[in-house]
Amino acid sequence: MPFKRMPQTFTASIGTVTIGTGEKAVTMGGENVLPLYSFDAPIANRPLIGVEVSDLGVDNTLPELAAFYAGADTVVEQAKRAATMPGADFLAIRLESADPNGANTPVEESVALCKAIADAVDCPLVIEGSKNAEKDSTLLAKVAEALQGKNVLLMSAKEENYKSICAAAVLAYGQKMGAESAVDINLAKQLNVLIDKMGVKGENVAMNVGSAAAGYGFEYVASTMDRVKAAALGQNDNMLQMPIITPVSSEAWSVKEAIVSEEDEPEWGPTEARGVEMEIATAAACLAGGSNAVILKHPKSVATIAAFISAII
Amino acid sequence: MALKGLDIFKLTPKKNCKECGSPTCMAFAMKVAQGGVALDACPYMSDEAKATLGEATAPPMKAITFGTGDAECKLGGETVLFRHEKTFVSKSLYATTVCSDCFDERMEEIRKVDYERIGERMHVEILNLVYGGDPAAYAALAEKAVATGKAIILECSCAEGAKAALEKCKDAKPILNGCNAGNVEEMNALATEYGVVLGVTGANLDELYDTVAALEAKGNKNLVLDVGTASVKDAFANAVQIRRAALKDKDRTFGYPSIVNVGKLAAGDRSMQTALAALFTMKYGSIIVMEGMSYAQALPLFGLRQNIFTDPQKPMKVEPGIYTLNGADENAICCTTVDFALTYFVVSGEMERSGVPINLLISDAGGYSVLTAWAAGKLSAGSIAKFFKEFDIENKIKSRTLVIPGKVAVLKGEMEEKLPGWKIVVAPNEAVGLVKFLKELKV
Repeated sequence: MPFKRMPQTFTASIGTVTIGTGEKAVTMGGENVLPLYSFDAPIANRPLIGVEVSDLGVDNTLPELAAFYAGADTVVEQAKRAATMPGADFLAIRLESADPNGANTPVEESVALCKAIADAVDCPLVIEGSKNAEKDSTLLAKVAEALQGKNVLLMSAKEENYKSICAAAVLAYGQKMGAESAVDINLAKQLNVLIDKMGVKGENVAMNVGSAAAGYGFEYVASTMDRVKAAALGQNDNMLQMPIITPVSSEAWSVKEAIVSEEDEPEWGPTEARGVEMEIATAAACLAGGSNAVILKHPKSVATIAAFISAII
Repeated sequence: MALKGLDIFKLTPKKNCKECGSPTCMAFAMKVAQGGVALDACPYMSDEAKATLGEATAPPMKAITFGTGDAECKLGGETVLFRHEKTFVSKSLYATTVCSDCFDERMEEIRKVDYERIGERMHVEILNLVYGGDPAAYAALAEKAVATGKAIILECSCAEGAKAALEKCKDAKPILNGCNAGNVEEMNALATEYGVVLGVTGANLDELYDTVAALEAKGNKNLVLDVGTASVKDAFANAVQIRRAALKDKDRTFGYPSIVNVGKLAAGDRSMQTALAALFTMKYGSIIVMEGMSYAQALPLFGLRQNIFTDPQKPMKVEPGIYTLNGADENAICCTTVDFALTYFVVSGEMERSGVPINLLISDAGGYSVLTAWAAGKLSAGSIAKFFKEFDIENKIKSRTLVIPGKVAVLKGEMEEKLPGWKIVVAPNEAVGLVKFLKELKV
């Protein structure tokens, strides 16, 4: 008696968001099966990989990473190099230095940097703000204006600043936006409803439902994603059908396991290898949970996760 | 047909003897109804009652144990596909492959990785012994493996080799992973003779299904299912479909734990093995076999596993006590926060980044976050004063500065009263502000 297969396909599907222009444009989402379940039905668009480029420059304490960017001394040069990384679908420019509690780089400078990068590379761009809601509401709006026509994704709108980002970035300048909430399905849905009420269509929004490094409360990320996908597909909840984009590198490379020096923990071995494995394990777990795109930083992680995705789908 | 707890209760002896492990017969009946416990845990069920309830109450996925003593491993027994629906009950276990030639090298690697994280020992639990074609050498390998005290899988589809190894390691209750459509008779006979769990594989799910059905017809239900190594895509598809068939579609033939050999799926590529191990920890790998396990791989994987297999109804807690950071001694300042694991990790991480030596004092706050613990009365001036007394802080630490979380700044006055002689300092509201705050803190 053969095994009776019961494929789990849904009549609802995850929405799609396209970023970039021309031949290099990429689309995330669109599947009508649970994450990576390509044995149930073909997956419309494989998950995407973004490469993080920080405006603070490359971390030269990591030898392999530094070697990859050797000779690229400006952030624009680094972005050009990152765009050549095998496995990269888009670049994620992180405007970390714009944080008012950090270097507080003026908005004009950050905007000029984004403009310079957008002129130098032809791959799709995601722009990550300073994480400060107030600053980002101005910063991301100005970036949206400067990069008009490039179809970039601006991350992230939160409950505190979604209005200005919706109005400026999407409605005025036709860009895409990320909607960020703190690892809770209800918060994610509430923000999407608010954004919808502003007149922004779902096809312009990707969700960041929160992220965590493996071992650091990842169970909340996993269960939030499980529930979001179950509601989106199983209950056709169109306020949760936006594709999920997850910044992995910023979480993975900030936990103890990825930072502590080999001197302090000789048994653990070289710092860089630990960071890479942390980034890989976290990214694979996010993809298994339902991320339609992950943002990574290390060339080895990007190569491994790219191979991982093509092996599964 | 799903039975209600009350229907089952009617058939129990109603003597509340507790021998089944439940406090009352009613509690036992409720657990059986939910599929959490097997009916035969009750020694006093009549045969008639068993026949009535039998199939209807059997858990959809069997719980299988192997290994002995400290190395005893529990697999399966899951009732849900997603942890938020209830909880997962058996964490994924990690194994590394050893062969006659690589035994010493592998053991040296995995012996290094043995540490504790939030009250859980993190180490490779299982050795997967690969058969090289010589029964005598395999027996010698099994003997060495027994001496390590770890649980054992015999990856061997040759009856002669398996028998030689089983002779040496039968008391360690290994898994014999080598049954396929072509050797059902011999392998089943061996597993039955030695009383061990049998691992079954097939060229595809249909063949595997038939082989399991054949084994069950022979009365062997002590099985694990090897999802195969044809390709990553197939292994993942098989792992998901097997678990889903058992739990969602109630097909008991696939109601067994799984083995996934990511070491074979990505031979020689350790980073890919990390990615695959993370995938199968998330989705339905009961045993995950890897080539080895370096610290760099272990740190994220064991952390991920600990997260995924925590009971969503119970918060993860760290033990109360004094945690010394950045080489703190008795003169270093004290900081305190709650025992909720996530809070502890975020806070201690930021403190370590500050480089400032700190005695981090963790009191029992019920595993809640700062504000919740405060609201529930689990974090108060009284609870901290009690902790100071219990752990004899005043004699162990000379510093008299205590930093408290910004979110409970309201406790400052009361704490100064309860802890005379101590200077109470209020930290920022969010952990991200700690580095700057600690560096600038004047004591």
